[in-house]
Order: sequence, then structure tokens, then C-alpha cells
Amino acid sequence: MITLLKNGRIYDPTSGKDGVVQDIYIKNGRIIAKPSSTEKITQTYDLTGKVVMAGAIDMHSHIGGGKVNIARMMLPEYQETKKYTEPEAHVCSPSCSHNATPSATDTGFRYIEMGYTAAFEPALMPVNARQTHLEMADTPMIDKGGYAMLGNDDYFLRMLTAKKDQKAINDYVAWILNATQSIGIKVVNPGGINAFKFNQRRLDLDENNSHYQVTPREILKSLSTAVHQLGIAKPLHVHCNNLGAAGNFQTTLDTMSASDGLPMHLTHIQFHSYGTEGDKKFSSAAAQISEALNKNKHITADVGQILFGQTVTASGDNMMQQLNAKHANPKKSVIMDIECDAGCGVVPFRYKDQNYVNALQWAIGLEIFLSVEDPWRIFLTTDHPNGAPFTSYPHLIRLLMDKTFRNEAFAKLNLDAQAMSNLTSLDREYSLYDIAIMTRAGAANLIGLNDRGHLGVGAGADITIYTDQADREAMFAKPDYVFKDGELVVKDGKVAKVVWGATHTAKPAFDIAVEKDLKDYFDKYHTMQLDSFKMNDDEITNDGRGSIIVHENKKASH
Amino acid sequence: MFCCPACGLLCDDLELNSTSPLSIKNACVKGVSFFEKAFAESSSKPSVAGKSTDLNTATQAAADILRKAKHPLFAGLGTEVQGMRSMMRLAEKASATLDHMHSEGTVRNTLAMQNSGWQTTTLTEVKNRADVILAIGTDIVSSCPRFFEKLVLNTDTLFNKPKPEIMYLGLAEESVKLPEIMNALNALMNAKNPLNKKADNDLIGGVTIASLKQILEKLKAAKYGVVVWSASSLKFPQAELTVQSITQLISKLNETNRVAGLPLNSGDGDSSVNHTSTWLSGYPTRNRFVNGHAEYDAYHFSTKQQLNSSDALLWVSTFNAHQPPACDAPIIVIGHPDMQFEKQPDVFIPAGIPGAHHTGTMFRMDSSVAMPLKKLRNSELPSLSDVISQIEAKLA
Repeated sequence: MITLLKNGRIYDPTSGKDGVVQDIYIKNGRIIAKPSSTEKITQTYDLTGKVVMAGAIDMHSHIGGGKVNIARMMLPEYQETKKYTEPEAHVCSPSCSHNATPSATDTGFRYIEMGYTAAFEPALMPVNARQTHLEMADTPMIDKGGYAMLGNDDYFLRMLTAKKDQKAINDYVAWILNATQSIGIKVVNPGGINAFKFNQRRLDLDENNSHYQVTPREILKSLSTAVHQLGIAKPLHVHCNNLGAAGNFQTTLDTMSASDGLPMHLTHIQFHSYGTEGDKKFSSAAAQISEALNKNKHITADVGQILFGQTVTASGDNMMQQLNAKHANPKKSVIMDIECDAGCGVVPFRYKDQNYVNALQWAIGLEIFLSVEDPWRIFLTTDHPNGAPFTSYPHLIRLLMDKTFRNEAFAKLNLDAQAMSNLTSLDREYSLYDIAIMTRAGAANLIGLNDRGHLGVGAGADITIYTDQADREAMFAKPDYVFKDGELVVKDGKVAKVVWGATHTAKPAFDIAVEKDLKDYFDKYHTMQLDSFKMNDDEITNDGRGSIIVHENKKASH
Repeated sequence: MFCCPACGLLCDDLELNSTSPLSIKNACVKGVSFFEKAFAESSSKPSVAGKSTDLNTATQAAADILRKAKHPLFAGLGTEVQGMRSMMRLAEKASATLDHMHSEGTVRNTLAMQNSGWQTTTLTEVKNRADVILAIGTDIVSSCPRFFEKLVLNTDTLFNKPKPEIMYLGLAEESVKLPEIMNALNALMNAKNPLNKKADNDLIGGVTIASLKQILEKLKAAKYGVVVWSASSLKFPQAELTVQSITQLISKLNETNRVAGLPLNSGDGDSSVNHTSTWLSGYPTRNRFVNGHAEYDAYHFSTKQQLNSSDALLWVSTFNAHQPPACDAPIIVIGHPDMQFEKQPDVFIPAGIPGAHHTGTMFRMDSSVAMPLKKLRNSELPSLSDVISQIEAKLA
């Protein structure tokens, strides 16, 4: 069984191919070299004139787990398909239901229909790992994976206070990755979620958590070192302190130095790029942030673009969400403290283009996109659903690729916000090759998915084929074909076959002695057994459709 | 060690000492009673119209009933995550309405949360942080017998806090006065409210103003106060408004202090069903499928509202032998082997008990923790998922 994709225009940044016309052969779910003439081609797709990219990878999207399900529960009204009127209508593709809280099934379907073949849940709370994996298991069509949240759990903070050595920290981090079936480590408002439980309401980078007497900077240093020394490909995923607060750009700039040059990824950086200039004491610091990103090569970031319309923000950062709850629209929010592990805050938002702050947030995100020079270090996200549902990606891609379209949208914004943004002076337009970097090659490279995000021989045959259209939104909303592991699963934007995708994990080795202290801690302070906390492979694979892929670590370095 | 699904705490520190007589370390009365029934030898067989038959015939009869039905009702839903997954799949195919036997309480909480949100906490936080606990409309132990043993009376906590002070409001028949009491508590939070000027011994809902003020003072003085309520014990109309009154008080206190809520559940998998339904269909408990499309209505899709208009009832109760409600339409029952009937259902299929006869996954009352259930003994009984798969295959 060999499938031939003939004459497509290939955009494959991993191999440097920028619109090269080339054939692709697929066998047993993988891309193979051109077979010998004796081998039979079972099926041929003529892709003359079509754009061919690897399947897209969303490296940060809240697709499952406690807070996502709370958002669904709290907002049943979102399940109804909404037709937005101008000017809000311009945030989505025509086929987009603009559902910020899709069911697991809808999540998989909407992603694959746009040519995305993988999405990563960036806030998998270790104690909630089982629920997150249950939901991801029920998400069809795409591959998935999670980043385990650490840095606010009392176990880790006790270790820091007790000045445990780096090896002990590394063993705990490696154990967490194994126990929660995750592929990366994330820290949300380092130390802040924990401090909120002691009634601290804000925490700066160099401020002590009042109980543990450790700073966010120390937490970042410890965790980024552990991730690096364990050889985990995915750099520490950092949601900085002071989310959404005016003036927080300084915290973000300072955070870049917290790892002493070790790789870190700063997530939804748009929400962390705010200054305090102007009459309203809220301004864009995109220029400072972009300049720092350009300079600090060890830092990567995703944007977390906001787009106008109704959505919901679901975050582990209950400290800051408690403050944001006053802006909730509709007026309701769920704030939780969870299991001496972390917390969550779910706050519905309606971003309005005539609201000064919202309009400027929109502009700030785009300013960052256009000012960060290296597309390998900046990623396309809306922090689904926090900035906008992921279904608005085709619209966002058009904003990046089409300056006229972008400036027309800008002209509709709140006038005070327009006056505070230099967006129209940024002439850059992303190319198809740039988009392929941000949404494919770069994302795979960041997470360490060596056989995804590219079209080279040996890669998993996750492939998306588009008709080249001047309207990039229409183009990216509805691919002609999507192949998942070599099977045709989408034809003309509609699902043709249901598949289930795999779960990507990293399982670095650790000293099993780490469980001795953990067991003692669980027996004394927890309300569940250590053995119940750990997730077995069987829990993901036993239903007969889930599978686990374990990624090799990069060479561990000390 | 294994996990006990008999209440919302899901204690997983149980150990089997001996099977006859049954002796289980760390099991409470509810747990012992649950496992006694689960470990008893059962000769329960599937039946159609009261006559014993085999599983194949019974699932065929169930499929025949569902095939003819246009608006079947899937109720009871006493199951865990894996069982609910299969129920949702079948409901989508059969265009069924879904409701849990204890949804009255679940829905009250959901409505309050959908209206204004809430601020809550979980068991391990309570154990390590709570220094004041206010229990509203519940003594807690009737729902969760080991609550105090595990979370309050233990000596090990992370932060060397004192043993929490426990306060109760609106117990037993007094619970009907809770709407008034909760409104008063909220009013007293506002210094300008005239209620603050009333005499200390004036009564509101049978409680003195002084006592109410004292409750507030203790919550305000707490480093981490916890307010526990049981929505199912609020047996009066519009009880969701009282839940909202509770959550409102918690929100207000959080403007300056840390206080968090802890809603109790009712058991029989109500939390598991609510969660699973939500991620699979987008909607929490009380929903239905129409031509593959999910719809939600917390009032109209209740068992009570649907019983008369549904043309088939599929009743599921695998943890306990809860009987189906009376219904004129054909009845299929899948559940606990001990189930006894006043009127024989059209089809009865005894199923394995999750956490005893087969593995499973279950949500704890505090909703953030899903626990693995173990298989403790061999049983001939099929799991609910097995039964549903067979019915599904025959429905096609």
C-alpha cells in the first residue's frame, strides 16, 4: 500500500523547502523515499498547484482537564452556534462555530478540519492528570500530550525551602513526568498559586512566598535546570507572574534572566507585555518585549493573541484570575484551590473592539508577532480559549499574512487604542514558509517531536494540503485533504474517517528512591495513596484506541 | 490497598483482612455494607419478562425495546466514567434523554455555579489548611462517614495549624430555614445593613443574631475557612438560590480573606456522570441527544418530567440495588445483582459492581481527583460497558 502525493508545492522548513514542487510517497503511515519502479502505487493524488505542509501542531491549547470541563459546565450557553454580526464577525472563519468550550469530540473534529494533527494541553495538573488524559482520550482525530504543572505544589516548595540538591529536584521532576504521562513541565505564576492560599494577592519575581520564603526566580531557576539536566526536549513552559496586570512587562523582561541562559518558553506573552503609559495607564510594551526576545536566544514564546468576541479564560493562575473576575462577562467565575498541588480560575471574557484595553491587547499581540524576527522562536497561539477559540486561527493567519486586511481591521478599533499602537507602521507580512515554521516545524522542534512537523523521509505522514488562495483565512480554514498517519481523514474540509491519535510523552529515568519520601509525604498529608496518583500506561491504552509514544530525551547534560 | 466507591470521599486506603467473615481495614459502615453485598455470592441471572434467560437473549430484548422507542429515557445512571462513556454512546444512537438518580442536588449546584460561579476547594487543602469549618444543612458524616477522621482529627498537617473549629447551621428539619439564615448572613456582611442594628437575641430562622455574627467573625478570623454544604439535603423549592447565597457569602469573604466552599455529592457515581457527560456532550447532567445533537435542560430533562412522555426506560444502578421508578413504558434494568422488583421489568441484566467485580474510574466529590477502582474478585457478571456494547451491536 503506497500512496503518492504528486506534484504538490512543498513548504517544509525542516528541510529548507520553500514551495518546491515534489512528490511524497507514504507507506505504513510514514513518508518514504521514492520506491523502486517494481513497487505498486496503490493510490495517487494529483496535487498540482496545491500547497503541501506537514500537519499543524498547536503547542499550547487548553483542550482537556479540570478547568476546561468547569468552563463547559459553567457556560452551557456557549454550545449554541453563534452568528456574530460585524464588526465581531471578522474574528472567525465562515465555518467557525466560535465555540470556546467545545466537547472533546468537537475539539478533535474542528482541529483536524483546519489541518491540525496535534494539540498539547499546557496545564496538566499532576493530581488531575487522570481526568486530563480521559478527556484527551475522548478527543478524536489528533495526537495530544500535556505539560505537567509544578512550582506551586507544596511538595516541591518544601524541597526548595529545605535546600534539597538539584539531583533530588531532578528526580522529582522526572518522576512527575512519568506519573502523569506528560511530555513537558510548566510553571504557572511561579509560587503565586501557592501564595494565594496564604492570602497573598500578588507575587513579584523577586518577592518571597510568605510561607516558604522562596521567590519565583528561585523556582524558575530550579525547574529550568531540572528540565535541562534531565534532557527533556521541551524547555520549561513559563506562565509569568502578574498575568494581565498593567506594567507587567518588566516582570516578563526580568523573567528572561531567571534561568541563567538555560532554555525557557514564555507562554501567551501578549498577556505579559503591558506598560502603564498614557492617560489610561495601560499601554503596549510589545517593542521592549520583542527586542528582548530578539536578543535572548535561549527564550522562545507563543503569543496568546486575543480576537474579539465571546470566550472564556481558563487558567491555573487563580491568584490573578481572582483579580480578573471583576471583568468577567457574563458575570461569573470559578476559582479553586486544588489538593496542595495547584489551583484554577475560570473567568468568561468578551473582548470588544471598542474597548480600549481589549483593542490594545489585540494590537499588542500582532505587534509582537511582527516584531519578533525569528519565526522559529515565536509560536502562533490564542492560548485557546483564553484569547480566542482555536477555530479563529485561519483569521489570525490572514492578519499576519495580509497587511491590508490587518490595517483595515485596525482602523475599526477603539480610537484611543489606535493612537497608542504602532501596528500600522509594521509592514511585515508572514510568508507561507514562515507560517509553516510557526505552526509546524518550529512547534515540533520545540516539543521534541522528531518525526512530526516535517515532510522528510521517515516522518509520520501527518500532511495537510491546501488550495492556494489570496484569502488566507479561507485557505487555512478548509484544507482540501488532511492525512493522519498516512490515512486520508479529511476531504474538502470535512472528516472522512475517524481516527484517535496518540499521546506523546517523555519518560526520563529517575532514582526510584524518590518514591520513599513521596510515599511518606502522601501518607501523612495527602488524601489519596501514592499509587492512586500515578497513572499507568494501561489507563491510556486499555480502551483499544489510545496509544502512547515515548520520546527520547535529548542527550542529558550536566 | 483499594478504593471504596461507597461515598464521595473515595477512600483508597482500604485493605482486605479476610473475606469470611468480611473484615476490611479502614472501611466505614457504608464501605462495609457496600463490600458485603459486592462480595456475596450471587446467582442473579438476566431475565426477560421475569423469566431467566441468557445475556444474549436479554441484550437482544433490550435492543428491540430501544429500537422501537423514539424518546427513551436513560435514568439512574449509577455508574462510573467507563460505564458513562458507553451510556453516552448508546444515548447518541438511541436519541435518549439522560438523567442521574441523584441529580436533584447536582443540578442545584450546577445552576448556582452557572448563575454566578463559585469559589471552592478540595479534600487535601481542607486537611492541611482549614482552621474553621462551617457545615450548612449537613452533619457531613451522614454523607461521608470518615470525613472528620481523615481530614480533621488527624495529627499530620503541612502547616502546624490548630484543629479546626467546626460550626453547624440548619441541620435536619432546620434546613428549611436556611434561605432566611443565609440571606441574613449575607446582609450582616454589610455594616450598613439595618440587620446589624437588631438586638443580639433577635431570632432569624431560629438562630440568634449574635450567633450569626459570631459565625461571620470566626470565618473572618480564619486563615483558611471552609464552608461545606450538601445540596441534596436542601429539600425545599428553589434550593439553588440558597446554594447561591452560600457561594455569594464565600465570594464576599474572599475579597479580603481566604474562605472556600466544599459541596458534598450524593454518590452512585453522580460526580463521575456529571463530568463525563460534560466533556463528551458539552453539557452537564440532564441532557439529551436529538439526531446526534446534544441538548441541555436542567428542568425538562429530569426523570420526573420525562417518565410520562418517554416510550422506554433504561434504568442503570450498578453500585447499589436502587429500583427503577414506576413507569408505564417498557423498562430495561441493568445493575446490581441484588436488585429486587415489586414489578418485574421487561428486561433485567445483572451487571458487575465497579470497584469490586471490575476496574473503573471515578470522580471524588471535590471534582479534581479521579480515582482508579480495582477489580477485587472474579465475577461472571458482565460490566455495564460490556452489556451496553452488546445492546449497541444489536441495535444497529
